[in-house]
Amino acid sequence: MLDLLTGFVEELRAAGLPVSLTESIDAATAIGHVPMEDRLALKYALAATLVKSSSHWKAFDTAFEVYFSLRGPEYAMGAGSEPQGAGASGADGQGEGQGASGGAGAPASAEELAEQLYRALLAGDDGQVAAIARLAVARFAGMEPGRPVGGTYYLYRTLRQLDLDAVMVRLLESARQQALGRTLSALEERLAHDEVRHRLDQVRAAVEDEIRRRLVADRGAAALAKSVRAPLPEEIEFMHATRDELLALQRALHPLSRKLAVRLARKRRHGHTGALDFRSTVRHSLSSGGVPVDLRFRPPHPAKPELVVIADISGSVASFARFTLLLVHALASQFSQVRSFVFIDGIDEVTRLFEEADDVADAVHRVNTEADVVWVDGHSDYGHAFSVFWERWGHEVTNRSSVLLLGDARNNYHAPQAWVIEELRHRARHVYWLNPEPRAYWGSGDSIVATYGAHCDDVVEVRNLRQLEHFVAQLA
Amino acid sequence: MSAPSGLLGFPEPGPARFTGVADVRRRLADAGYLADDGIAGVVHLADRLAKPVLVEGPAGTGKTELAKSVARVTGSRLVRLQCYEGLDESKALYEWNYRKQLLRIQAQQVIEGDDRWSADPAGPRGVTWHDVEEDIFSEEFLLARPLLSAIRSTEPVVLLIDEVDRVELETEALLLEVLSEYQVSIPELGTITATRIPMVFLTSNNTRELSEALKRRCLYLHLDYPTLERERAIVRSRVPGIGEELADQVARIVRSLRTLELKKHPSVSETLDWARTLVLLGVEQVDAEQARATLHVLLKYRSDLERAAKELDLSVGSVR
Repeated sequence: MLDLLTGFVEELRAAGLPVSLTESIDAATAIGHVPMEDRLALKYALAATLVKSSSHWKAFDTAFEVYFSLRGPEYAMGAGSEPQGAGASGADGQGEGQGASGGAGAPASAEELAEQLYRALLAGDDGQVAAIARLAVARFAGMEPGRPVGGTYYLYRTLRQLDLDAVMVRLLESARQQALGRTLSALEERLAHDEVRHRLDQVRAAVEDEIRRRLVADRGAAALAKSVRAPLPEEIEFMHATRDELLALQRALHPLSRKLAVRLARKRRHGHTGALDFRSTVRHSLSSGGVPVDLRFRPPHPAKPELVVIADISGSVASFARFTLLLVHALASQFSQVRSFVFIDGIDEVTRLFEEADDVADAVHRVNTEADVVWVDGHSDYGHAFSVFWERWGHEVTNRSSVLLLGDARNNYHAPQAWVIEELRHRARHVYWLNPEPRAYWGSGDSIVATYGAHCDDVVEVRNLRQLEHFVAQLA
Repeated sequence: MSAPSGLLGFPEPGPARFTGVADVRRRLADAGYLADDGIAGVVHLADRLAKPVLVEGPAGTGKTELAKSVARVTGSRLVRLQCYEGLDESKALYEWNYRKQLLRIQAQQVIEGDDRWSADPAGPRGVTWHDVEEDIFSEEFLLARPLLSAIRSTEPVVLLIDEVDRVELETEALLLEVLSEYQVSIPELGTITATRIPMVFLTSNNTRELSEALKRRCLYLHLDYPTLERERAIVRSRVPGIGEELADQVARIVRSLRTLELKKHPSVSETLDWARTLVLLGVEQVDAEQARATLHVLLKYRSDLERAAKELDLSVGSVR
């Protein structure tokens, strides 16, 4: 058990969780206090001692499911609950579960299995749903032993056969029938819909569990954990994020902006640099007989910086620009003014979209649809965008503005027009360039970040939320 | 790393307050707090390992209530330290009652009838400065603040450190000694160690990252919004006179609301408020119009209200 725990802690560390020595000792002590056969209790004991942040829960969950998937009686391999047809084991590449089957009444086809699933869901029979998920994986996943994969493909194959969409339609239909001839109101319809979706998510999770269990049995926990390891939300790279990862980023962004705003506001209030408040000092000296023991200061009024954000929103760096705009506008109260410009080869101001929209996410959506950013061919042209910016808005940049330039500076070999940045540098307080590419790639191919960077106060590598947070905290 | 809180310096847990996870669940349920497996498991571990519990999660999910309920079922006194910006040692740990000390010194002078004793190391009638110092820095002149009084208490205590994320990062250090060793060091007096180890709960609304040092000393519990079944049970147990059907509907509507992208999702306490409102209005089954009329109990932003009404299709026209 201790070996397993050590391996598990190693895996958590590899996934980026900061697990200290004390915490792993605590975990070892804690599992002595929970019954070994209770898998859920074990999970919560480990979570309480090893995971100290809710954003790490997902990574912990994945690792736990992999490492402890074979524990507990109901999870034993080849359990009798697996109603497996004798001839159907062709897909079952691991050869386990043979002969332990219940045989009688085992469904033969995908349709029949879907039918069983439908009935089990209707009756709310969780045990039956799990059994069907197990069977479905055995029949349809077509797992090949030894393949170093995380199982996404197997999941897809299994679910395609079960055809959950059809099951969903039927479940909704039966919910309507339960209303006894009365038509459901829109609200009831929506609630039924959410309920069905929730149940189907559980089916999906059950199928995933089963696939994972088989993969662990095949390749061992450590190897599988490596294939399914996902980066923590704050370490996801903007440029290569998948759709799911982008959603995770979106969720992480809101609490992040809230935390950052609290921190910045505090920083402002606690700078003790305000001027002496003479009147208040004299007033307070009365209680100590006219001796000014307690000096009073005026609350400090540090000038809030004005922000001008100029972002490249062409394909490759679009999501990076989106998250930076989201974060900056979520923090708008920390700046005296935030103006945003977006470009591809043409440039357009989008500040008004953020001001009008109640919801920043809506605003970003409108930026993508309404801003007029294409000039010739819709390939990034930094030079043209910058020179247009200089002509139209350049005079509005003042010595209180900080200018943020967002992009990878891949200019498609157009003219760089770096003089704009130089001019901006003269006018503005600061000019920063944020580049979402890894530093090692800078200057390769058509990247001319060095040409622009020569005129900036700093060129910062911002590949993930953590780096973005760090930069914004410094800025405000 | 400071003292190895997991090894030699590990405080001995006292007699068990609970016999097991199931026992925790049952007794909390009797006290009106419906815990799930995670919550009960962590409370059980906290008792066995004598470690504080850091409870984090969205507002209104029952973080404070958990500590109160645990105090209730274990028959302990609840000592509460409400954290705020600017909290310091004299508010959290202890303070010398300097007015009383001053009085004591003045009284001494009156008894002596002579105020020159300070110059002479062995003053009149043998009262030295040292004696006086010993005297005025004794327990009699100590004002115990929540942390110290929780440590000194001879009766069982549950210590609740509420909204710990509100104090500054530096102030957190004040808590560390109490949390890992269950003791308070007072320079003039020495170290006061707990006679019986209290159960400690810290709550945080996650407005900032807590320090690693603090987190390392605690068990971590993330309280999220409850599952449909648990929320329904909570509504049933907390709202008197609510029908099963209404409770089910309330829980389901709230779950659907939480899947939307809102500024602030409805919390459990808001769910309860809403359920109470509906009961007061004599509603037995929520329809779209009633839901729309009372939605402001659940949602506190105008944009959220609009979005929810649109997504759940609560406009008047849709009522058939």
